[in-house]
Amino acid sequence: MDSSEAVKKIESEYKESILLKTSFRGELSLTVNKSDIFSICSFCKETLNFDYLVDLTANDNMGIDPRYEVVYELYSYTHSCHLRLKVGIDESEREVASVTKLWPTANWHEREAFDMIGISFSGHPDMRRILMWEGYPYFPLRKDFPLAGKTSEMPDVAFSEPVPLAGGPFVTSPCSAGTDKREPRSREIPS
Amino acid sequence: MPKTTTPAAYDSKIEGNVTFTKLDTAINWMRSNSLWPMPMGLACCGIELMATGASRFDISRFGMEVMRFSPRQSDVMIVAGTVTYKMALAVKRIYDQMAEPKWVIAMGACASSGGMYRSYAVLQGIDQLLPVDVYISGCPPRPEALLEGLMRLQRKIDTEESTVEQKKELLSKIS
Repeated sequence: MDSSEAVKKIESEYKESILLKTSFRGELSLTVNKSDIFSICSFCKETLNFDYLVDLTANDNMGIDPRYEVVYELYSYTHSCHLRLKVGIDESEREVASVTKLWPTANWHEREAFDMIGISFSGHPDMRRILMWEGYPYFPLRKDFPLAGKTSEMPDVAFSEPVPLAGGPFVTSPCSAGTDKREPRSREIPS
Repeated sequence: MPKTTTPAAYDSKIEGNVTFTKLDTAINWMRSNSLWPMPMGLACCGIELMATGASRFDISRFGMEVMRFSPRQSDVMIVAGTVTYKMALAVKRIYDQMAEPKWVIAMGACASSGGMYRSYAVLQGIDQLLPVDVYISGCPPRPEALLEGLMRLQRKIDTEESTVEQKKELLSKIS
């Protein structure tokens, strides 16, 4: 079995809930209905032998509806093939079913997605922040969060202040010119 | 038995065995030559710190080799690496547990100023929380730079006047 056969099996089983199917350089991605994500993941694991959750992450596509997206990167050791599942998350209801029951590794991945983007996972055994401290009021990887950060104050726990960017961020300019041209320079952030 | 009032240095019998000095100087000499570092290794600077402690660079040539992982036994905290906000208060807490007199070295760009991490998660220099005595530039600094920093700290300790200060405090208390 390869990825395209796996996709065919998912399509025949969950015909209604597949919203979009894309293929890029042989990588297959399925965007599915939020309500069916757990059962599709369960089908992928139990029936199609996708026994390894390589990564679980979340995106913020600000300006596009739905704004957020949770991405599941699956791999099957049995069949040596990859599969990517995606779920759109609406701004109004930032919650999706947890897959920790299927792949225990999802535990920390889901906590990171919660910490950075602010999507909570229902059924997660330990839905806490993982990188920032408990009580930090923002979700730093959202597009509307400034790179420099914001002021926050948690007495006796932690604090943070916006950082001086000195005209930055400093980014390289990809081009074929010499290193003096490619060297990181400060760029204005378009507001 | 004749009462002697001759200064010791002029006494040919004990000359060479007695040294005259100020109490402050003697204390500073003892303190600066047995600096016990608290290795606060937080990032790649911690690797250079380990290299400094190992045989090739040999930190013990200068009397600072006794790295203590307990703040209660150490004199100088070497903050080596990126201090995130999440870690910052833990660093402060460890510093608070160190007994006086104590000193702080900010090793490398990150500990001194946040370095290249102009980010929401990183404290922009440990000097916002702790009184830093010596800053060491570099990303990460080479072991020689750390040794130079520690020797600068020794020179700084040599200029301290703790008993003079205590005397002033005592005098102001009595008057």
